[in-house]
Amino acid sequence: MSAVELISPLTDEERNEIEAEVAHLPDRESAAIDALMIVQKHRGWISDESLRAIAKFLDMSPATLDGIATFYNLIHRQPVGRNVVMVCDSVSCYVMGADSFAVKVQDHLGIKFGETTPDDCFTLLPIVCLGACDRAPTMLINEDLFGPVKEDELTEIFSRYS
Amino acid sequence: MSLQDTKPLIGRVQEVGGLVSLSDYKAGGGYTAAQKALKHMTPSEIIDLVREANLRGRGGAGFPTGVKWGFAKGEPQTPGYKYLVCNGDEMEPGTFKDRYLIEFNPHSLIEGMILGAYAIGAEKAYVFLRGEYHEPNRQLARAIAEAREKKYLGQSIFGSDFNLDLRIHLSGGRYICGEETALLNALEGKRGQPRYKPPFPPASGAWGRPTIVNNVETLCNVPAIIRNGAQWYHDLGLTEDAGTKIYGISGRVNKPGLWELPMGTPIRELVDVHAGGMRDGYKLRGILPGGASTDYLVEEHFDLPMDYKTIQDAGSRMGTGTMILMDDSICPVDMARNLQHFFAQESCGFCTPCREGLPWVEELLADIENGKGKDGDLELLDQNALYIGAPGNTFCLHATGAIEPLQSALEYFRDDFEHHIKHKSCPYREN
Repeated sequence: MSAVELISPLTDEERNEIEAEVAHLPDRESAAIDALMIVQKHRGWISDESLRAIAKFLDMSPATLDGIATFYNLIHRQPVGRNVVMVCDSVSCYVMGADSFAVKVQDHLGIKFGETTPDDCFTLLPIVCLGACDRAPTMLINEDLFGPVKEDELTEIFSRYS
Repeated sequence: MSLQDTKPLIGRVQEVGGLVSLSDYKAGGGYTAAQKALKHMTPSEIIDLVREANLRGRGGAGFPTGVKWGFAKGEPQTPGYKYLVCNGDEMEPGTFKDRYLIEFNPHSLIEGMILGAYAIGAEKAYVFLRGEYHEPNRQLARAIAEAREKKYLGQSIFGSDFNLDLRIHLSGGRYICGEETALLNALEGKRGQPRYKPPFPPASGAWGRPTIVNNVETLCNVPAIIRNGAQWYHDLGLTEDAGTKIYGISGRVNKPGLWELPMGTPIRELVDVHAGGMRDGYKLRGILPGGASTDYLVEEHFDLPMDYKTIQDAGSRMGTGTMILMDDSICPVDMARNLQHFFAQESCGFCTPCREGLPWVEELLADIENGKGKDGDLELLDQNALYIGAPGNTFCLHATGAIEPLQSALEYFRDDFEHHIKHKSCPYREN
């Protein structure tokens, strides 16, 4: 029987990036959100094993860190695909037809909100106002903002990430 | 005369036709205010000037900036003890002005922060930025690096004995982080839950130290006030509120967007002239004047000037000054449901009326929209609006803000709610 692994050790790169944040903060715990974002950038999401590794590195309890991780919309505690598609469901986009737009995006990707395509290419999530309300309806793919998005542009947009 | 004389915030962006680089910014007089202030003005003189100019917080509350800065002045002057934090967590639905300022004029924010930090005696400053704002983050990070290289940030700025370390904190994303004490918890790496007040942040803020939190647009106003004086700034406004305002419009207009205009520009001028009027076939019914958490304004208010006092007297708030337009194709009940979905989801969950009440209100609205409304539902909504929304019944003002658009929707669009319940259907879906 193989050993039980509670921790997925941080890489040197991750440790260095987290230490750079810790360096200008009063204590290690203050870097909790930065550390979660850094590890997520490298691993896509925060597994229990990653969470414990970060908690240990910052001298804090995994439970406290999990309370932080689950509080924030942009920290994924479940696996996501290679690309994360976020469709705005807040009021300005709503007024410009976000609900029907969201249906079209789901149909296009063949998945519902919260799901990942079978080839692991896209995870689809709803997101609050993206602050581009003059371009409604809006959508964020990874770090790229799109808006106003028309239905006939979806094939081309998603093909850039396939 | 340059565009900056009437548009201190984005005049330069229009002059250069996009991103204001460091050289563009300097060619337009950039960093001269900081240089002048650090060499020739005392912190108290800056605070007095900003107070005299009557600059009010542009994040939504409208608190006088000079007065807020004054609160931190009496705190210990130990170098490196205080913090200045810029609230760039623009998560109020319908609001997109700070993104524009950071993305296109990042050096104006940096110069405003140098001035603010010098005025309150802070040697460490943070920009708390939305995690979804990738391009603004890139532009601001680059501008901060440029400013460090030119020694506008760092040690002994402009040959003075003032030091400033400016950093970006990228948020993990939660609406409540816009509330300044929740923001401070998030900055400290914690859950973004609001803190008990008092003590207020100017006495005890980030890591327990005196901290001033200012909105992006507020800080971007400061360099021009220092350069041109309080009277000039005051005269920019059309009503008793001073300066310019970045107004925005989203919804079914011909040209949605942002415009820097004199404070007090009338609503109708914003909609009909700057936004190019409603699209053909759509009639304007209601406006959320300053983001999702403000009470609706309706036809009888459309000739009012958009300033803090007038909009407050009309029963709403100017908030962020970025308006969301509801046209006659939108169902007011379903729009209320959309708004409450946002507020219920973004509740931090700390206190009961907000955590339990908002999802319950969302459910009731969904039932009414889906034709399952019952007699008495409207009275229940009224009652809940009263209990959940009353300041003092909840720990912070999240629920109060959530209820503002609901209570005004129930008042102005009551016929629509009653029609849904009586006919067990949504008339906007049949069309």
